[in-house]
Amino acid sequence: MAASSLNHGQKQPTNMEEFMEGIWKQNPTFVMVLGMCPTLAVTVSAMNAISMGLATTFVLVASALLVSLVRNIVPSQVRIAAYILIIATFVTVVDYAIQAISLAVYDALGAFIQLIVVNCIILGRAEAHAAKNPPTRAAINAVGMGIGFTIGLFALGSVREILGAGKLFGIALFGPDFQPWVVMVLPPGGFFVLASWLLLFNWLDSRKAAKAQTEEGRIHA
Amino acid sequence: MSEATLQPATPSAAMIRTLGILSTICGVLIVSAYQITLEPVAANKKIALERAVFKVIPGAHSVKEFDATSAGIQPAGAIVPEGAVKFYAAYDQAGALKGIAAEGAGKGYADTVRVMYAYDPARQVITGIGVVSMRETPGIGDKITTDPAFLKNFVALDVKLAADLKALANAVKTVKHGSKQNAWEIDAISGATVTSKAVGKGINASAQKLLPLLVPHLDKLQGGK
Repeated sequence: MAASSLNHGQKQPTNMEEFMEGIWKQNPTFVMVLGMCPTLAVTVSAMNAISMGLATTFVLVASALLVSLVRNIVPSQVRIAAYILIIATFVTVVDYAIQAISLAVYDALGAFIQLIVVNCIILGRAEAHAAKNPPTRAAINAVGMGIGFTIGLFALGSVREILGAGKLFGIALFGPDFQPWVVMVLPPGGFFVLASWLLLFNWLDSRKAAKAQTEEGRIHA
Repeated sequence: MSEATLQPATPSAAMIRTLGILSTICGVLIVSAYQITLEPVAANKKIALERAVFKVIPGAHSVKEFDATSAGIQPAGAIVPEGAVKFYAAYDQAGALKGIAAEGAGKGYADTVRVMYAYDPARQVITGIGVVSMRETPGIGDKITTDPAFLKNFVALDVKLAADLKALANAVKTVKHGSKQNAWEIDAISGATVTSKAVGKGINASAQKLLPLLVPHLDKLQGGK
């Protein structure tokens, strides 16, 4: 899969490839570095990160599905307005749903739920993928992207909660003597942790590329 | 992008029609989501309010919402009378008045700090506080919820009314850490003075407004199950 899904242009990707695209190859957080506003702002705890990830996933999948369904009847001149309308609708739905499920989560996420409307991952997917693909493919791709985004948020949220509060999912990990690294749950901590993850991902990526090159060299030699 | 520009011109009516249909669908979706969640959201809000009140008034069993105005006090209804101050009366299982809770808000370091405080009408003191919402710095400002020395200020914080029942006899005031001398003073947390002051200001502002309206009518709240 690793070799086949990069730049294969015309060939139709399989459903599995479509799904995996968001989780690894085009991960919204670590590869495309999109949607940084919620990524940095709400990842002060693992729970917040997952709630935000799931809310975004819902909007992503529902809007991809609807955008894909109406892709042939929406004139291209008004498509952006139509996409934004669709996205805003599902964000409003998710906003009410979260209030109904848990007010604590709603208060913790604050204005960032409403700000999902302008999350570039969602409009990006609608424009670049859902508008050009049938509903099933669009939905599968959106689910992958949503999970990829949730993983990205969780990667930040868990590290920040562990270092910044000594807890994970609100459960104390290190006993009473642990002195929390408070800066990690403050805004600078978001940048530190994001940078560290990006460093790790890019290092893994370049190592893989180097490996592939030496192997190719060996075959040719 | 290039495909779009090559397409034949779309009639204006088609564009408006499409957007119109989409808006209608979206409108239906939004309104149904609102209607479906209306009840659970209201229930959640009620639970959250009860939890906040029960936290500052331990042993309470039910909560009633009231508005205090210069004309007296009445159960909170859909229409909030002008100049009304909202408060909550908490009752125990037998229906006896357990205490009164109200909300105060003061500008903190990052944002407004909203606190719920419990008022004991018999002793005319504040007997506890809980934070409703704040965005104070973790580990510094948020000590107002955990610091035992700070919370001790609210075991019996004096909010006695002056003889004319128009204002507090002594305004609640946050003083520098370690210099508390009177029962109406709040000893600030060293290093979190701004947040401590926000709590003091919030309570003072709210109590100055609420208590003169409330105290003359306290008898109306007894046994109101």
